[in-house]
Parts: sequence; structure tokens; C-alpha cells
Amino acid sequence: MSIDLVLFYAFAAVLVLAALGVISVKNSVHAALLLVLCFFTSAALWLLMQAEFLAIALVLVYVGAVMVLFLFVVMMLDIKSEPIREGFIRYLPVGVLVAAVMLAEMLALMGIRGLTLPAPADPAAASGNTSWLGNALFRDFLLPFEVAAVILTVAVIAAIMLTLRRRANVRYEDPAWQVSVRARDRIRIVKMPPVTESGGAP
Amino acid sequence: MFDALHAYLLGYGAPGLVVWLVLCILAIAVPVILAVALYVWWERKVLGWMHVRMGPNSVGPAGLAQTFADVFKLLLKEYLIPQRASKLLFVLAPLIALTPAFAAWAVIPFDQRAVLANINAGLLYLLAMTSMGVYGIILAGWSSNSKYAFLGAMRSAAQVVSYEIAMGIALVGVLICAGSLNLSDIVRAQSGHGALGWFFLPLLPLFVIYFVSGVAETNRAPFDVAEGESEIVAGFHVEYSGAPFAVFFLTEYANMILISFLAAVLFLGGWLSPFPESVPLLGAPGWWWLFAKAFVFAFFYLWFRAAFPRYRYDQIMRLGWKVFIPIALAWIGVVGCLVYFGVIGPVEAAP
Repeated sequence: MSIDLVLFYAFAAVLVLAALGVISVKNSVHAALLLVLCFFTSAALWLLMQAEFLAIALVLVYVGAVMVLFLFVVMMLDIKSEPIREGFIRYLPVGVLVAAVMLAEMLALMGIRGLTLPAPADPAAASGNTSWLGNALFRDFLLPFEVAAVILTVAVIAAIMLTLRRRANVRYEDPAWQVSVRARDRIRIVKMPPVTESGGAP
Repeated sequence: MFDALHAYLLGYGAPGLVVWLVLCILAIAVPVILAVALYVWWERKVLGWMHVRMGPNSVGPAGLAQTFADVFKLLLKEYLIPQRASKLLFVLAPLIALTPAFAAWAVIPFDQRAVLANINAGLLYLLAMTSMGVYGIILAGWSSNSKYAFLGAMRSAAQVVSYEIAMGIALVGVLICAGSLNLSDIVRAQSGHGALGWFFLPLLPLFVIYFVSGVAETNRAPFDVAEGESEIVAGFHVEYSGAPFAVFFLTEYANMILISFLAAVLFLGGWLSPFPESVPLLGAPGWWWLFAKAFVFAFFYLWFRAAFPRYRYDQIMRLGWKVFIPIALAWIGVVGCLVYFGVIGPVEAAP
């Protein structure tokens, strides 16, 4: 057994266990952390297949950014785990059914033969797949790529606009106004004769 | 000598390779730890001078052994775990913080040949590793089960995610100029004209944004709201004592040195000499140039800390989102045009 295969089974075992943990642990923060472990081991598996760009992008985007925000939200919300877990057994058959359908679909998509045949020669392997991906996206498929980017940007702006609301009684700072403030706006120096206890000037 | 040792160990096959790699890792990690110790001493000295006082001067010559004394004190102290803390994560958090800080050193090219992992996607790897450092801070804050620690963790998460974007966009500029993600190739792309060929000139706004974002990523003053002594005691590590606290300390300083090295590699030509190669002796490239440049950036960290008051939280967010990201995005356009019209850029221009 080659070292690659050993590593593959090790990472795959960790991945499956972590994925099971995500849906079975009680604490939602622990579940989110196990999901991080899932992403990380998936990235390791992709690295084994020499998909270095995808692997590092997965770590960068999902582990480094998305899951940090996810964890942020999960920690802020005080989720009670008991009510959520009540229906676990009741919904289990439905979940298993959905998982089975998805597995069948994926096997159909990849083809059973693809599992046994050796992988076809990889055009990206020669020059490193980062530059290959760059050429494919920015030279061969520039227009579709840009259209997808514009659609995503529109979606982001729409999501922000939908959740944006002006609340009353909230004070916003305007830094441009803050830095233009001068001392005479804040304090007024009054010239007046000194006041003593006897009333008049000394 | 290195080549002979390498060949000798490879003679033993796979175990020899593992031994060789472990030796290489130790050859980087141990100097980093020593550098952290000296950097802490230097920080206290510099801060002392800037405050017109002496700094540490009792333990060892000029106080040099002060940090080592502190480390031994911390390691020998009892470390407490709060009763209602999440124990496993509380113990794991410092290690989760430490690992990416050291893993990132693997791709730093110290010299033309001295690099542990000369991988093609080095720049991406660095971004991925530095973005994972925040987990240690968040988990430390959450598992401590303390309000102060939790506030520190929340602040840190928001800040790091915000500044990572500006940092990533700044690195895109470097990528466009160099035409490669490999750090050694990025340094080679800056060679040729001495200091004038380095990327900091065409990428000046990105250079400034990168380093300031780096200061924010490492949670250092003036962006140290995650610790914020005057508001939330010590922030995310308020419940830590003894050895775990020492690990957080080590992580923070290792990250600072890492950002200093990265700024030198990406924008100031790494191991290249600032003089043209025709100049005798001074024109020769070498690791000493990289270390000298990194030292300057490391000094900037201390200077910032002594000179600037802490940013308010909303000011930090405004600087990241409303100032840095728009400027960086605009400059990416400028760099793209400069490269497209052949003013600067990769040697083999795009067809």
C-alpha cells in the first residue's frame, strides 16, 4: 500500500468521523468546529489529488472567513440544544432517504466506471493548476466568468440592502465632521473681571 | 555541508527524508523562538527609550536575559483552568493559535535556495495560514466563559475578517506585478534595478495597506482592541496563566516577525540588495538584506505602539472597509493597466 493511499484513508476517516460529529454533538460551537475540521481534511484530500489551488482556496475562504463568521454567530446566539435534538430520531428516516438519493445521484453523475478506471491525464498537472485555472478563467472563459462575478456582486448588494434598516435613536459618527471640529466650536472663552467674596474688584 | 547531509540522509530512503525535514523545520522554528525572545527584549528596550526610561537592565548584560527569566517564570507557574470553562477547548486554543503562526514560515524564502517548501501557490498558502490564526483567539475567548475574554474574541474576529480582505487585495497587486504565486519568483521578479526595481514603488498604496493590515491582523497597537487593557483587562487571554499564556505571547510575536518578513519579501525585494549588482560587495544579494529589512518592519511595530493611541472600534472598522478596501481595489485597476501597457510587470508580457 503506497503512502498516498494510507494518507487518503486516514484523512477520509477523519473527514467522515468529523462529519458525523457535526450532526451528533450537543454543543453547537463544537459542531461548528468539527465542520472546520471537515473543510480542512477535505482540503488535505484535494492536496493529495494535487489540486493545490482548490485545496488552499477552500482553507482560505471557508476555514479562514466563512466559518469564522459562522462561529461568531453561533457563539453570539444562545442556542438551546435540547429542543433542537427532540426530533432527531423521528426525522432520521427522512434524512437517511435524502442522503441515499444524493449518493445515488452523485454516483450516477461520476459514473460507476470512473471509480475503477485510472484518472485521465490531467492537463493541469504539467504547469501547476493555479496558472492553468487562471488561463482557463481569464482567457478562455472570460465573459462567463465576468458575468458570474457581476451576478454575485448584485446578489451581495441585494442581500445587504434587504437587511439594511435605519434604526431610530442610534447615533452615527461622521468622521469627516469629527476631524473638522475646532476648539472654538466646543469651548467659549469669556473675558470677565475676577469675582471675589467682597463682590468688587480687588 | 547541507547537500552532503541531505544526500547522506536520503540514502536511508523515506525515514531519512523525514529526519531531514524535521531538521529543516527545527532549523527554522528554533531561531524563530529565539528571535521572539530577543524581540520582546528589544521591544521593552525601545519602549523604554521612547518613554525616557531604561527598560529592562537587571537580568544579564543590558537586561538581555530578562525575557528568558520571564519565560521560565511563566513555565514554572501553575496554570489555572476556570471551573466553568470548556476545558478541552481552553487547553487546545493556544495550540490552535500557535500552529498556523509557525506553519506559515515554511514558504518564506530566506535566500535564493534557502526555502523549506518552494511551492507554487506559496502566496495563497500564506494567506490561508494567517487567516487561520484567529481561531485560537476566538476559541480562547469563548472557552474561558468570561465576559471580558468573549468581548475580546468578538472584536478580534470582526477585525481580522475585515482586514484580511484588504490584505488579500494588496497581495493581488503583488501577484499581478510578479506574475507568480511562488514567493521566490516574486523576489526574482523584483531584481535588476536595485531598490528602484522593488514592488514598493509601483505598489506604494498597496504596500502601506499591506503593512497596516498586517499590524491589525496581529492585533497589535494601535489595533489592539482584542486585548484592550484599559477596557477589557486583557481581552481574549484574560483567564490564561503560566505556560498557555506564554504560548499566546509566543504566537503574537512570531506573527509580528512573520508579517515583517513578508512585507520585506513581497514589497522590498527579499534577499536582494538595494544597490545595483555592479556595486562591489554591497551589490551582492544575500539573506542579510532580508533580515535587515525585516528588522526595520519589526521596529515599526514597536514605534507604532509607542506613538499611537488605540483606535476606537468603529474607527477600526471604518478604516478597514471604507478606506483600505476602496483604495486597494482602485490601485489594482491602476496596476492592471500599468502591466497591460508594459510599464511594469512580469518579464514575459501577456500576449
